[in-house]
Amino acid sequence: MTQGITGKTGQFHTRMCKEYANGANCFVAGVTPGKGGQDFEGTPIFNSVAEAKAATGATVSVIYVPPPFAAAAIDEAVDADLDLVICITEGIPVRDMIRTRDRMQGKRTRLIGPNCPGLITPDEIKIGIMPGHIHKKGPIGVVSRSGTLTYEAVGQLRELGLGQSSCVGIGGDPVNGMKHIDVMKLFNDDPATEAVIMVGEIGGSDEEACAEWIRDNMKKPVIGFIAGVTAPPGKRMGHAGAIISGGKGTAQEKLAVMEACGIKVTRNPAEMGKLLKSVL
Amino acid sequence: MKIHEYQAKELLRKFGVVTPRGIPCFSVEEAKKAYETLGGGVAVVKAQIHAGGRGKGGGVKVARNATQLAEFAAQIFGMQLITHQTGPEGQRVRRLLIEEGADIRKELYIGMVVDRGSQRVALMASSEGGMDIEEVAAHTPEKIHTVFVDPKAGLTDAQADDVASRIGVPAELLPQSRVMLQSLYRAFDETDASLAEINPLVLTGDGKVIALDAKMNFDSNALYRHPEITALRDLDEEDPNEIAASKFDLSYISLDGNIGCLVNGAGLAMATMDIVKLYGGSPANFLDVGGGATTEKVTEAFKLMLGNPHLQAILVNIFGGIMRCDVIATGVVEAARQVKLGVPLVVRLEGTNVELGKKILAESGLPIISASNMADAAEKVVAAARG
Repeated sequence: MTQGITGKTGQFHTRMCKEYANGANCFVAGVTPGKGGQDFEGTPIFNSVAEAKAATGATVSVIYVPPPFAAAAIDEAVDADLDLVICITEGIPVRDMIRTRDRMQGKRTRLIGPNCPGLITPDEIKIGIMPGHIHKKGPIGVVSRSGTLTYEAVGQLRELGLGQSSCVGIGGDPVNGMKHIDVMKLFNDDPATEAVIMVGEIGGSDEEACAEWIRDNMKKPVIGFIAGVTAPPGKRMGHAGAIISGGKGTAQEKLAVMEACGIKVTRNPAEMGKLLKSVL
Repeated sequence: MKIHEYQAKELLRKFGVVTPRGIPCFSVEEAKKAYETLGGGVAVVKAQIHAGGRGKGGGVKVARNATQLAEFAAQIFGMQLITHQTGPEGQRVRRLLIEEGADIRKELYIGMVVDRGSQRVALMASSEGGMDIEEVAAHTPEKIHTVFVDPKAGLTDAQADDVASRIGVPAELLPQSRVMLQSLYRAFDETDASLAEINPLVLTGDGKVIALDAKMNFDSNALYRHPEITALRDLDEEDPNEIAASKFDLSYISLDGNIGCLVNGAGLAMATMDIVKLYGGSPANFLDVGGGATTEKVTEAFKLMLGNPHLQAILVNIFGGIMRCDVIATGVVEAARQVKLGVPLVVRLEGTNVELGKKILAESGLPIISASNMADAAEKVVAAARG
């Protein structure tokens, strides 16, 4: 289901997702409070996530609700006990996300994002804003904090004839749902995935935590790239979470930890595909 | 968004944080009057700029009488204050804070940030007041005590007293430090702060706990619900290019190189800077035009880059997703016509409608250097910048 289906963004991307692969069968509901009973191009609209779930059996939602209301939209999806919530919205206040993440403790709902492009399993389903046509079915998993940089990685794989099992954009916010490590665990268990490209950026230490998990547990080759080697400290580089603060979260530090954990990394963003191919 | 020390103190006082009495001043004359209003005695003249390290840079001085105060105020007001955070050119002092002196017995540190790992607000406290917390973290990390605050419960009495005891607040002052810490947390939470720091927090000879300095930053995504904080913004303290960019919803950061970069998406924009550097060039800026770039936005982006006197070449790197390459190409052509490009322009387009985009660029008659991928683009723009 799409939460915020009557907004311009929600409409546009729901249409694109329905046009991709099995999307027409998968997108079964929309939610906009007060607009229940209407429909969007044949997709019924409900007043709440719970109603939409009860009526259609939908288990996943994607959120395009504007930032002041987006955290509450996540809360609603969690309260309705959905399996997965993907929040595309950029610009949610951090305090709202702190409360939402606290409410999610002990709940089974998984959250991807916010401030992310979403999730695609090529030739099956696209839940998000990425361009479907650049993707191709295949054995490579991609996990990234950045949208267009993910497309860049996918484009390079495609040039080399390599398709993707799934591509997950976990988003550029400092307080978010699934981290690199959570997606990496799923790729490790996914029979369709043979190798993984891990794309990170400055800020936080999620890439380091994932690298240590990979060293101890990962059965498949992983290559990495970290954006922001040239980023100045103390400046937020577009993404709310992309900031080197107190000397922490530098690209150099992340790359060093990844290398020490046995992950092949490149400092050249034009060579992510090539490096991945070399480890297959 | 950052605010000045005096603004942070005014805000924190509303939440119950105790600070010295002080008066913000916008001229030396005002500073002299403020000294009288405070009743003379020992007073501190503090430069108000957004950067830290003001004391070491000569921006904070203790005056013992009116003559000294006038002298120091005249020295500091209007000076180009250079600290480790201002860059070599420094920052002009346009505001002063005149504050009563304090009888300092002990200097401590308390600060709050959002901890990404625990996804909670973290209170950090240390007995090493007056020092950079980064330095303490690097050399004596055992002296930093961290408490994570449950957003439902807030900072509890037990947490506040425990951390205060650990940094050396004596038992009889715990009620005061508790008010200080809990007020700071409430201020942090209710104003959507991203950083709140009191360094130093002092214990005085007459048994008081006082915030001698205060620093607060705010989550820019939450400013829409805090007009009173937005009103504290001081544009003199911000990069004029970044202010201009924000008006057009462009994400722009000035750097010291000579190759302008115009990119869609923050991650790709950083990666573009990185690859320019990797190929021996130096990026002049970070610029993310976002997912919905219009001709107007692209034109403004070009104007911003071309306003930089060091600019030698421009690299446009677009991976079109929802944003179509033909739209971007049209924007680039329009912008290049409007702003009179004086430097070489390298364009790399990929993604949705790429062929159409390339055709528009080729047929424009503009001397655009086309690149087939990021590496090719970086190589070409670095060569072009060298001339």
